[in-house]
Amino acid sequence: MAELNQDGGGGKKGGKVRSKKSGGKVDLTAMVDLAFLLITFFMLTTSLNKPNAMDVAMPDKNKMDANDNIEISDTRSITLLLGSDNKISWYYGQLKSPITPPATVDYSTEGIRKVLLTKKQEVPARNGGKDLIVVIRPSDKSTQRNLVDILDEMKIVDVKRYMISKITPEEVEVLERENLYND
Amino acid sequence: MSKAKVKRSSTSIDMTAMCDVSFLLLSFFVMTSTAKQPEAFPVDAPGAVTTDKLPDSNVGMITVGDGGKVFFGVSDRDVRVKMLEKMSARYSVQFSQEDYEQFSLMENFGVPIKNLRALISLGSSAARNAPGVQPGLPVDSTEALTNELYQWVQVARLSAVEVNKEKEGEKDYVEQGPLKIAIKADANEKYPSISTIIETLRNQKQNKFSFITSLKAN
Repeated sequence: MAELNQDGGGGKKGGKVRSKKSGGKVDLTAMVDLAFLLITFFMLTTSLNKPNAMDVAMPDKNKMDANDNIEISDTRSITLLLGSDNKISWYYGQLKSPITPPATVDYSTEGIRKVLLTKKQEVPARNGGKDLIVVIRPSDKSTQRNLVDILDEMKIVDVKRYMISKITPEEVEVLERENLYND
Repeated sequence: MSKAKVKRSSTSIDMTAMCDVSFLLLSFFVMTSTAKQPEAFPVDAPGAVTTDKLPDSNVGMITVGDGGKVFFGVSDRDVRVKMLEKMSARYSVQFSQEDYEQFSLMENFGVPIKNLRALISLGSSAARNAPGVQPGLPVDSTEALTNELYQWVQVARLSAVEVNKEKEGEKDYVEQGPLKIAIKADANEKYPSISTIIETLRNQKQNKFSFITSLKAN
């Protein structure tokens, strides 16, 4: 392949016999091909080999009292209920008397990120500089992808305070009402 | 009429240098890469923008997928052997010397402890990783012996500390810290099975862990 045209022939001059040197050049094309193929293989496998890790820290568990909940300020917290079909229902304040009643959004930039960004601006203004707390409550119908997505969103939006906690039956009702509790 | 001859110059290029460089790179990648072990249970981790890497050693990995099947494995061979010794005592299941050796080569596993010997005796990793062979570790919300994942994680953590302590006197010793626990769950795994595992970890005050993710373009 690399040596398409050797001597064109015909150009021979008067009877001189040239002794051909043998073994002066080896065609390395195939060897280089193979080497690059292997390089590509090893490059791809090594970089994909190491898995990415997303660190999660949970609060200490109180084994004596399962209902030992941390009290947080209503005006500082928004709660995200992770439902089925890759949708989130979120509310601001307490569920019984919400400042913003439950609304459904998706995981896109226009969805949850917009909500988080606006609340991140709004909450410190309302609470004398104290920042936003996000409570994440995955329902039984949500998937691992949803959980990782929302934790990722926390990192992207740079929410410093967030927690994963257990969903309550009242909140499951909210999801059912909004048709976000399907298998 | 004579034909005008176009003189064609040779297209051959000297490939020696290229060959040298490519083989240099090749040997570099061969030496730095670690062979990927066949997984007992391949799962499709969800994508995230996080780029923090999981360390190669001193990691305990819990794999979840396929509707709540749980697998466990640790990265270091010494820890694996110690771990099995401890489990053998807890559940009074005996293992032979050969079993220990075989077990130290197993990347991860997902069978109840009473079936572990049968799994080890299958011999090759291909036979072990055949679909349907490993049903997953028994997990529940208790801290009793019925929650085998709880016990495995606990012995793994204890063993990691012991192995670290033994290595302390050695030359080039680097403090590893406690065993890191990672959860590798399938993207479509429903939350209840994840929750059971998180609670199992929290019950033994392993409040910090990592979720394994794959890279996603933002």
